[in-house]
Amino acid sequence: MSPPLLRVRDLEKHFVLARRRIFDAPEVLRALDGVSFELAAGETLGVVGESGCGKTTMARLVLRLLEPTRGEIVLDGTDMLDCSKSELRRLRREMQIVFQDPLSSLNPRMTVGVSVTEPMRFHDIGTRTERVERAVELLEVVGMGPEVLERYPHEFSGGQCQRISIARALTLQPRLVVLDEPVSALDVSIRAQILKLLLDLQERFSLTYLFISHDLSVVKRFCRRTAVLYLGKLVELCESERLYREPLHPYTRALIDAIPSLDPTARSRGSLRGLEGDVPSAVNPPRGCRFHTRCPHRMAVCSEREPPLVDVGGGHRVACFLNQ
Amino acid sequence: MSEPLLCVEGLRTSFHLEGGVLRAVNDVSFALEPGRVLGIVGESGSGKSVTALSILRLVDPPGRIEGGRIRFRGRDLLDLSEAEMEREIRGDRIGMIFQDPMTSLNPVFPVGVQIAEVVEAHQNATREESRRRAIELLGLVGIPHPEDRFSDYPHHFSGGMRQRVLIAAAIASQPDILIADEPTTALDVTIQAQILGLLGDLQRRFGTAMVLITHDLGVIATMADDVMVMYAGRAVEQGSAQDVFERPRHPYTQGLFDSLIRLDDSPHSELRPIPGNPPVPIDLPPGCSFRPRCRHAMDICGLEVPSLLPGAGRRRVACHLASAQPASPAA
Repeated sequence: MSPPLLRVRDLEKHFVLARRRIFDAPEVLRALDGVSFELAAGETLGVVGESGCGKTTMARLVLRLLEPTRGEIVLDGTDMLDCSKSELRRLRREMQIVFQDPLSSLNPRMTVGVSVTEPMRFHDIGTRTERVERAVELLEVVGMGPEVLERYPHEFSGGQCQRISIARALTLQPRLVVLDEPVSALDVSIRAQILKLLLDLQERFSLTYLFISHDLSVVKRFCRRTAVLYLGKLVELCESERLYREPLHPYTRALIDAIPSLDPTARSRGSLRGLEGDVPSAVNPPRGCRFHTRCPHRMAVCSEREPPLVDVGGGHRVACFLNQ
Repeated sequence: MSEPLLCVEGLRTSFHLEGGVLRAVNDVSFALEPGRVLGIVGESGSGKSVTALSILRLVDPPGRIEGGRIRFRGRDLLDLSEAEMEREIRGDRIGMIFQDPMTSLNPVFPVGVQIAEVVEAHQNATREESRRRAIELLGLVGIPHPEDRFSDYPHHFSGGMRQRVLIAAAIASQPDILIADEPTTALDVTIQAQILGLLGDLQRRFGTAMVLITHDLGVIATMADDVMVMYAGRAVEQGSAQDVFERPRHPYTQGLFDSLIRLDDSPHSELRPIPGNPPVPIDLPPGCSFRPRCRHAMDICGLEVPSLLPGAGRRRVACHLASAQPASPAA
């Protein structure tokens, strides 16, 4: 097997918050707390979880938009946390991001042409004419004509802006693209258009995707493997089909059960039950297993020790004492 | 079919903007029967929220209601004075829950006080009675230790808990109708399930009729008895939820179902999006607004707006194809 394109090991990000009072110890928000995974070239890994689980922090760490507290991020054999500035600059071209809100990720004062050519200008690639040619070529790939170059983001719908953002992300010929909730802000009829486009582009340009989403149906359809995060911890990771067929972690099961059925006759009205309670704060996460305060299967051990992430066979990894 | 509780006929609400007239709600009619849940589904700009705001007469300028009737308990709400709306309808006979619980609650008052105010205003209760009733309501919507939480401020609550507080305020006067506009859109899935479960419980327990507005067909399937599908300001399909989900007849409704990504899809199944983009309903071209995206578009579709034809039972479809072949689905 070829080495993975991306290897993340024990990645940790703790934010030190402002002290409430001058002599208090500063509070620490554990946004991401020891997450490891690998991503093979050409693969798509889905990352799911609810607000505050650390999925967006993880995306930013991988792109080095945030400095990790601890851990290792190796892209294509180079340790990104321990390399020279020029190497980092080169690695940055290899990875791009597409954000959730397409309107706010494009500068409203820049024409589409300026926005799309900006990354090439920043990395000093080609002449002006070449950059415009490349922009036109990529806009066409995402289904937009050359006439959009002179127009401004507000003249486009959400789906069109997302197409433009995708074109911009591709200008540097990246290998890894982080997709942070790329269809969550879009209307239902547009979501499938954009997902279809992303699948086509992956094949055409051999892209590797890290796909971050709270929508399990979309992740299952789109990603070969899925990682589930809860309060900064990786709780389960395996092939998507298997994860949805036989989820082992009670949190994963709860996430799947919470999706409303599309069959009005199998009426779950009133019987649709979420988990008890709310997600606890990442400032003082529960001791032991972080999920134990809401877990329907909690045992005595769960509040005492933290369950390690173990492989239960076939690359299915889960962090729960029920499976150990 | 029982006598409708709320009957909206030919409702038109427009926004007069610099660039033209935005017909947010364009000749929409529907009926809500006692104890039933009507789901209004549509994408952004389809007019579903403006429909809800129009019922409550909460449309702000430059928007205004330009036509139609909203009959409720023997009166046309469009004939009432603003004072009557405020005293007898809003928050009294018709309760409301909006998407963002933070902006709907006043951040500088304790939540209990905000609920007690509703009780005091609408039920002639003393301060002490209102307080007791507010605590009871907080308990009813599943807030643990309601006596202790009474004096907490909105920012002390999580998103899901705030939505529970809003629901408590909305049901405080035991309304006949609850209007919920995207009540779970801002929430995480596991919290969404809690809130939908709570709304279902309360709705059945008190027999409250509900208008539920959402873009999420899963939420509709879970909650609604009847469905109205909106596109570019018009109702394009209406019917019982079961009928519409089993046999969608309008090409837009069909397209919506086709473009859904379902949990039981196989990973290699083809994605079938609706091409194009939803229109902004300003100076719409004549004919059916869905025509540019419709795979069945015919000549007549560019000329005439299809009327919403009654079909079997509660079913209505606004499509020239459906009127041409009333018996078979437009598939």
